[in-house]
Amino acid sequence: MDNMTIIAVASIVTAGITTSFGAIGPALGEGRAVSTALSSLAQQPDASATITRTLFVGLAMIESTAIYCFVVSMILLFANPFWNHAIALATGK
Amino acid sequence: MRLSPDEIIFWQYGLFKLNATIAWTWGLMFVLAVGSALVTHNLSTGLRRSRWQNFLEIIVTAIEKQIEEVGLRHPEKYLGFLGTLFLFVAAASLCTVIPGYEPPTGSLSTTTALALCVFVAVPLFGIEEQGVGGYLKSYAQPTVIMLPFNIISEFSRTVALAVRLFGNMMSGAMIIGILLTITPLIFPIAMTALGLLTGMVQAYIFSILAAVYIAAATRIRKPKLEPDARH
Repeated sequence: MDNMTIIAVASIVTAGITTSFGAIGPALGEGRAVSTALSSLAQQPDASATITRTLFVGLAMIESTAIYCFVVSMILLFANPFWNHAIALATGK
Repeated sequence: MRLSPDEIIFWQYGLFKLNATIAWTWGLMFVLAVGSALVTHNLSTGLRRSRWQNFLEIIVTAIEKQIEEVGLRHPEKYLGFLGTLFLFVAAASLCTVIPGYEPPTGSLSTTTALALCVFVAVPLFGIEEQGVGGYLKSYAQPTVIMLPFNIISEFSRTVALAVRLFGNMMSGAMIIGILLTITPLIFPIAMTALGLLTGMVQAYIFSILAAVYIAAATRIRKPKLEPDARH
């Protein structure tokens, strides 16, 4: 395999692994957060406004870790700096 | 496949490029500014009001209430900054129902600019509230050991603000693009509707986080003696 192929294989495989593993943790965390919020909503319906607001903020914070992984995998796939470097090398610049 | 609307270039002259991000940002700013100016140029204080005035009053009152709930004592002082952030991000994601529109918040440049505004505004509000010394002292809270971590968190939360908004907006556009090639009939519409919800939540998160940072920077550390007079 030449350099280009190695970089392509590594980028694609790593992008898939990044997104899949990055989705596991936030999914578990969001599940816990939602289940806790639901049980506290059932116990205290009066505080629903505060609970819902805090829940949304917390969910977005948790979800952003998955989003970071997604951004990294998108960079690997569509804006890979090593890829451009290898192309520049291959075209003899 | 495009990663951001930066890559759509309408017009180029030498080094100056007019890409879709800049064009849509200015378009949104124009609509928001001219719309607000048109609505507010004859306000009435009586019982008869135009429906647009009611609309703006609802928005402004709701934002003010949210800021107050975060813990900022005088919401009207921060309303201009936080409200503008919220309205811009919300309008940017709500306008995705217009065909051919690309949300400018789907570009890392826009979100970085917004996050840098927060990065600059938080110390300014903090210094205004508790003076330079008082603000700088808040970095050494609770102990001096926390000083480097507080400084690091100042930068990392700015990066997190920018990347979170960019990632959410970009992933929404990307998912719709991918779905259009796989199942072009119904599913893109459902994902667009979900994208509207995500956009509103992200706008809310962005402004609430900015409000929380400002609240943390402006909190004067003294024992709270006065009871809450509002309730």
